[in-house]
Amino acid sequence: MAKVLLVARRELRAFFSTWMGYIIAAAALFIEGLLFNAYAVGSSPKLSAEVLSDYFYFASGIAMVAGIFLAMRLIAEEKQNGTLVLFYTSPISERQLIYGKFLSVFAFLVVIQALSLYLPALIFINGKISFGHLASGYLALILIGAAAAAISLFASAISPNQLVAGVTGTLFLVTFLVLWMVADIVEAPFKEIFGYLAIHNRHFPPFSQGIVHTRDLVYYGSVIVFFLECSVRVLEARRWRG
Amino acid sequence: MIVAENLSKSYGGHRAIDSVSFRIGAGEIVGLLGLNGAGKSTILKILGSFLMPSAGRALVGGYSVDENPEAIRRLIGYLPDVPPLYDEMTVDAYLRYVAKLKNVAHGDVAKRVDFVVGKTNLKRVVKYQLGDLSHGFRQRVGIAQALVHNPKVIILDEPINGLDPVQIVEMRDLITSLRGQHTVVLSSHILSEITRTCDRVLVVDHGRLVAEGSEASLQATMTQTMRLTCELDRLPEGLIATLQKLPGVAKVQRITGQGGERLLLDTDADVRSQVAKLVVDTGVGLLGLSRSEAGLEGVFMKLIKPAEERAHG
Repeated sequence: MAKVLLVARRELRAFFSTWMGYIIAAAALFIEGLLFNAYAVGSSPKLSAEVLSDYFYFASGIAMVAGIFLAMRLIAEEKQNGTLVLFYTSPISERQLIYGKFLSVFAFLVVIQALSLYLPALIFINGKISFGHLASGYLALILIGAAAAAISLFASAISPNQLVAGVTGTLFLVTFLVLWMVADIVEAPFKEIFGYLAIHNRHFPPFSQGIVHTRDLVYYGSVIVFFLECSVRVLEARRWRG
Repeated sequence: MIVAENLSKSYGGHRAIDSVSFRIGAGEIVGLLGLNGAGKSTILKILGSFLMPSAGRALVGGYSVDENPEAIRRLIGYLPDVPPLYDEMTVDAYLRYVAKLKNVAHGDVAKRVDFVVGKTNLKRVVKYQLGDLSHGFRQRVGIAQALVHNPKVIILDEPINGLDPVQIVEMRDLITSLRGQHTVVLSSHILSEITRTCDRVLVVDHGRLVAEGSEASLQATMTQTMRLTCELDRLPEGLIATLQKLPGVAKVQRITGQGGERLLLDTDADVRSQVAKLVVDTGVGLLGLSRSEAGLEGVFMKLIKPAEERAHG
C-alpha cells in the first residue's frame, strides 16, 4: 500500500505542478456552474429535489469527461517520456503502479466534486433538499468519473501517446454509454446484458434521485476493477513484447 | 553475479540477440561494445528484468529474470539510454521519490540522497527542476537514481551518450569509482571509453557475442592483427577500394596531411609486398610502408565485419 500511495502522491503533485490539473478543474467547475444556472435552476419553477437531480444528470457528463482527460496521460506519457522503465526496474509491481495512478485521479475527481459543492448548496437559499439525496448524487458523480478514468487509464496503457489514449478512451466510454440503445434493438439474452453494461442509463439515475442500490455500486466497482486489472495485464505483457 | 546462457530475443521475425552467453563476476566492470542496433540494449533490458528473453536464461544475483524479476529489481540500479526523469520535479524531490520507490528505509532516504548528490556532483543543481537541466546534468541525475538504493548490480545503457569531453571524463571517473563495490555492466559504441573504463569487454555484433575478454586478451587472441601505414605522394582513384579487396584486410583508412597521403590498413596478413606492388603499378610515389600491431580498434573492426562479408566467408 505504501508504494500505491507513493505513486499516487507524485501523480497528484504532477497535476498541481503543471497546468493540466488546474485547467481541467477550472473547466469542469465553470461548465458545471453555467449549466447549473441555465438548466438545473432554469427559468420555470421546480421542486428543489428536481433541481438537484437535473444538476447531477449533466454533472455526470462533466465527471466522465474529466475522468477521461485526467487519466489519458497516466501511462501514455510515461511511455512517451521513457519514464516507465523506472517502474519496470524498481521493486514495485504493475498492480501497485496502476492502482497508485488511479488513486491520484480518483483523489483529484473528489477534489473537483468537493469544489462544486457550493452549487447544490445554493438550493438551500430558496429551497430544501435532503443530505442523503446530496450524498448519493455526489457518490454517483465520483463513481461514474472514476469508471471513466479507469477506462481512460486502460486506453492510456494500450496507446503510444496521450492523444491516441484520449481518443481511444472516449471511444470506449461512448460505446459503454450507448449500449442501452443497442439493448433496445437486440433480443434476449443480449438485451439484458447490454442494458446492464450501459454505464449511465440504468445505473446512474437512481443515485441522482437519492436512491443507492447495491447492484449499481457493484456495477461501477466492477467496471473500475475490470479496467484496472486489464491495464495491469497490459503492462505485464510489455515485459514479453519489449 | 550475472549469468547469461544462450539468451535469444526476437521481435516478430527479427532476431535482436541470438544465443548470447557470458558470465560476470561480483565487483567487475564489464562493457558491452557494439555498433548501434547490435543488440546491446536488448541484453541490458533482459538483465534489468523488464524484457523477457525468447529463449535461454539469465540470472542476476542468482535470480532468474523470468521467474523472479521482483527479486532482481531489488538488486539492480538501471540507467536506460534516456534517463527516466520527470521534468516538473526538482532533483532533490526526484531522488527522494526514487529512493522510496526502491525500498530505501524512511530514515535513510535523506542520507542516501545526499550521498549520491555528492557522488555525482549535483550539489549546485539540487533545487533545480529536472526540465531546466542540461543534458550532462540529466545524465548525472540518471546515474544518481541508479545508485540511490546502493544496488549490488548497476546497469548503464550508453552512459556517456551525448556528453561533452569534460563530462565524459567525469562520468568515466564516476564509473571507475564504483569498481569493487558494485558489479557494473555498461554499453557503448565508443571503443576508447569501454577500454578505459571496463575490466572486460563483450563485443556484440548483429545480436551475437563475437568476442569477450580484456583489451590485452582480445588483442592476444587476434595475434595476426596488424596495422600497415602506407605513405604516398598522392592518392590515385580506386586505390582504397583495390586495397580493401586484398585478402586479410579488414579496413582501410585515409589520413590526409601535409606533404602527402597516408593510408592505414588493419589486416591479419602481412600484405606489404602486395600493397607495394599495387601502389607502384598505379604510378604514384611510395614514400613509406611500415607495420605495427593494430590497436583494439582494429580488432573491433575485424570482429564486426559487415554481415554480407561474413556471409561470403
